[in-house]
Amino acid sequence: MLTKRIIACLDVKNGRVVKGVQFVGLVDAGDPAELAARHAAAGADEIVFLDITATHESRGTLVDAVKRAAQQLFVPFTVGGGIRTADEAAAIFDAGADKISINSAALARPDLIGEIGAKFGAQAVVVAIDARRSALDAPIQTAEVFVNGGRRSTGRHAVEWAREAESRGAGEILLTSMDADGTRAGFDCELTAAVSETVQIPVIASGGAGNAQHFTQVFREGKADAALAASIFHFGIADVRALKEELRRDGIAVRLPC
Amino acid sequence: MIAVVDYKAGNLTSVMKSLRAAGADPQLTDDPAAVLRADRIILPGVGHFAATKFLEEQGLKTAIRERIAAGVPFLGICVGLQWLFAGSTEAPGTPGLAAFPETCDRFAPGKKVPHVGWNSLSIRPESRLFAGISNNSYVYFTHSWRAPVTNATVAITEYGEPFTAAVERANIMGVQFHPEKSADTGLRVLKNFLEWRPC
Repeated sequence: MLTKRIIACLDVKNGRVVKGVQFVGLVDAGDPAELAARHAAAGADEIVFLDITATHESRGTLVDAVKRAAQQLFVPFTVGGGIRTADEAAAIFDAGADKISINSAALARPDLIGEIGAKFGAQAVVVAIDARRSALDAPIQTAEVFVNGGRRSTGRHAVEWAREAESRGAGEILLTSMDADGTRAGFDCELTAAVSETVQIPVIASGGAGNAQHFTQVFREGKADAALAASIFHFGIADVRALKEELRRDGIAVRLPC
Repeated sequence: MIAVVDYKAGNLTSVMKSLRAAGADPQLTDDPAAVLRADRIILPGVGHFAATKFLEEQGLKTAIRERIAAGVPFLGICVGLQWLFAGSTEAPGTPGLAAFPETCDRFAPGKKVPHVGWNSLSIRPESRLFAGISNNSYVYFTHSWRAPVTNATVAITEYGEPFTAAVERANIMGVQFHPEKSADTGLRVLKNFLEWRPC
């Protein structure tokens, strides 16, 4: 049976793992390669690095961190943040990433999705979408896409952009609810379900994980294929194994490490 | 020499890295002469079945066929497994190696496609690739086309329908999943392939 994936996400800034609340207020949470290995050993189904510095000066640092982390990882490894061209993506793949995640650059130039896919396969292209509702009672179809780490609205609707990304050859959608991100109050299940029911490709839910119940909800009600969490693991609230054991008790199909 | 055949379909960094972790010293090549010298051949690959056309154009297909006939152990991964079949509806004009007569087809409607993630294996106990691996172990898949279950199938996975997760016949082996991305289970599969000796 195909299991629900638990993806450990590491926000990387200047070569260190950090975590913020609603995209601001960053605190240091450790070495990326070390944390990636620890999460994989505890049963993370996948590791994601999101480079939140994403300036040109930091590219070398990122490539180095990816290389170090990839050495010890034998589970799928995704890297995103500031990738603007197929050549930049190629450097990240060379360093050992299996998939790259693109966000602002795909919105600015949607052809990028197909360009990377043509060279590395659609399975290697994750389109990340940061979405925010205009109001809690607004129709979910009107949730808007934001870029630049959540600072600028694009005026586009998340559900519609997800559909376009799929038609342009995205392999997966990584959907972050900016309303929920960092709150530890649960995923935005309604938003996740709206996107997951619109596209055929897998949808990874992100933003808001605080306890195991939240994951169960986003898999059942949110129809997510995978769910991503970061700070929940870093500060010892739970590790992936403990989370998965609880999900299994809840009747969610997950892979438990041996 | 262990040859990893590069047919310009996707990123082979992970495959090379995992083979090294499994104890091998693999050589990446697109040269038929190197394949003809190889005493173990691995054909990885993600992407479109049409990419395997490169194997024919470069003379790699003939070289692989010759080495397989000489008894050299061969492992196809993902599209590399599908290529062992007669062909795929993904690229009807591109024939496979036809070591197995069936054709690969897209998953039947009703499920999300591609099939992405960790799924379990029903393993035939006599399988060599899965020696020491317990039944129902999880491995990582990412694909939209699949090979049907045949008499050479040694592991079956279910996704809306049963399909071939692994095949073995004499020195020919193939896996639909990605052993290089399947944690300890995947490394064990690679090790089993690397250590297998034809009698």
